Amino acid sequence: MRRDPRILLPVLSLALLLAAVFWVQPRAMSYFGINLLFNLAVPIALATIAQMFIIMVEDVDLSTGTFVSFVACVTATFLVETPLLGSAILVGAILVYAALGALIHARQLPAIVVTLGMSFVWGGLAVLILPAPGGAPPDWIRWLMTSKPPLVPMAIVASVLIAAVTHLLVMRSAFGTLLRGVGGNARSVARAGWNVTWLKAAAYGLAGLFGVLAGMSLVGLTTSADANIALRYTLLAIAGVILGGGEFTGGRVSPVGAVIGALTLTLAGSFLSFLKLSPDWQIGAQGAILILVLAARLILRRGRAAA
Amino acid sequence: MTLLSKPWIWAYLAAALTFVPTAMLSQGVGGAWELVLAALTFAAFSVLVGLGQMLVITMGPGNIDLSIPATMTLAGTLSLKYMDGAAGTGAAGLAVALAVGLACGAGNYLLIRLLRIPPIIATLAASFLYQSLAIWSNRGLRIKPPAWLADFATGAALGVPNVAVVAGLLAVLFWVLLERSVYGRWLSAIGQNQRAARLAGVPVDLVRMATYLISAVMAALCGFLLSCFSGGAALNMGAEYLLISIAVVVIGGSSIAGGNSNVPGIWGASLFLFLIVSMLNSYGLGAGVRLIMTGVIIIAIVAVASGSRRAS
Repeated sequence: MRRDPRILLPVLSLALLLAAVFWVQPRAMSYFGINLLFNLAVPIALATIAQMFIIMVEDVDLSTGTFVSFVACVTATFLVETPLLGSAILVGAILVYAALGALIHARQLPAIVVTLGMSFVWGGLAVLILPAPGGAPPDWIRWLMTSKPPLVPMAIVASVLIAAVTHLLVMRSAFGTLLRGVGGNARSVARAGWNVTWLKAAAYGLAGLFGVLAGMSLVGLTTSADANIALRYTLLAIAGVILGGGEFTGGRVSPVGAVIGALTLTLAGSFLSFLKLSPDWQIGAQGAILILVLAARLILRRGRAAA
Repeated sequence: MTLLSKPWIWAYLAAALTFVPTAMLSQGVGGAWELVLAALTFAAFSVLVGLGQMLVITMGPGNIDLSIPATMTLAGTLSLKYMDGAAGTGAAGLAVALAVGLACGAGNYLLIRLLRIPPIIATLAASFLYQSLAIWSNRGLRIKPPAWLADFATGAALGVPNVAVVAGLLAVLFWVLLERSVYGRWLSAIGQNQRAARLAGVPVDLVRMATYLISAVMAALCGFLLSCFSGGAALNMGAEYLLISIAVVVIGGSSIAGGNSNVPGIWGASLFLFLIVSMLNSYGLGAGVRLIMTGVIIIAIVAVASGSRRAS
């Protein structure tokens, strides 16, 4: 059976980092410890998957972070007080995402700039909804995110589920193959009779859907929201996709890799707080870990090329 | 060849359109002139980072410099720390800032070249390191710039703000560099087709290295001037310039696909971006509405401009 070698490095880097964490802090090797380590993994993984759908069609989404923040604000306010209106807003947001995908393709706009503009729009809406931090998650989301399944913590169960569902959708279904085809060669997909504008709208709509899920799960964990709650997710999500073996061109992405990439980044954050590193160096160390993993990827590739 | 077919005309039209309603609110001709001066001053900082980002984006898909904010912060912090507010250290302080820029640019390029990682990730990872260095060396203290430097950055010669003069001269220099020098030809060639450029004997690696160095040095210069202008280096001083640097390149009419850059547009787009914010401000709109309008206007401009460009 041939395994996709693309997935090898993300798995290795996650395992290595996990081993390092356990070596520094053996007590983390427990249900409770793992729960703590991967606490914020679910929203980051969902945001990474959202970014992956955009990178899959050869674009980059610079509005992931503000969009997730916007969703978090809606979830912590409208979804609690007026669930019907709240749901309508979230569905509307997904439709806006899909419309943007269609617009970007139909008028051949640079996605970087359109999503950059959208990041202002989402940020502005979030500020209007929640000028100051506050709100509360709907009970069912809180219950879901803090539930404790037997044997394996919720974050791990959810990550496996996300990876499995998106893997089936992107890698195994005819629809997913079409979407990856848009990233690989949009013109040949169009020549084969498909409407690329609709396909792009679908890819962006899926990104919107996972962005919404990310924001909802984030509020479930943090119990309140504010307009800047997830700004760093834009960069985290791009980094997660690339760490997971995805590439910016050709529709070459890996959903399983993206989820593992997101877990690795989450763990890197927890690892640094375990090391009692001075807060000055926290961000820098995260950058260093990113560079190390990418360097390892290069060495691994060379080794494979030589073999 | 009419004026309307120039890709940079849209940025200036948009700037003019936002200028008129804002100026109408201000008190007479004097108020309008104040607005012009403020626009020139604040646009100058966007121009500095925009020019560097433009060269990077011209190299084609995937090339982008996300380390601009961190480089600005690090250069501003280290140079102010070196000068320590003392008189007679201005030139040395500038040299420190530019050296920081060179080091950051070299770091970026080494990561891109040695690790073969996409520039977007390389500059992102590197920017984390630069930002950490800035946090560590800043340590919460706020050092004032030497008095004459602060005066220079906030002052004006013959009625034109000094920073705008600096950014104007550099824009001319960049125009000559792009349109009249072999480096500019090489850069465009790489942006249009890197493989063809390499086969034609263009020293691709050298040009890429030079471009990432220039971008970082421009960011460092901007950080230096900005921290002198605002009376000290703040750790978040570069934050908004990441989006601005990309936005001015694209609104200014440079191709995001690379190979086609546009210096005059950088100035037009920088003025426009400042004027939108001040227009929405002077009509008393809150932060939320202001952000939304800014975003919608950016998207509308790009949609209109790219449509007309395709038609021509």
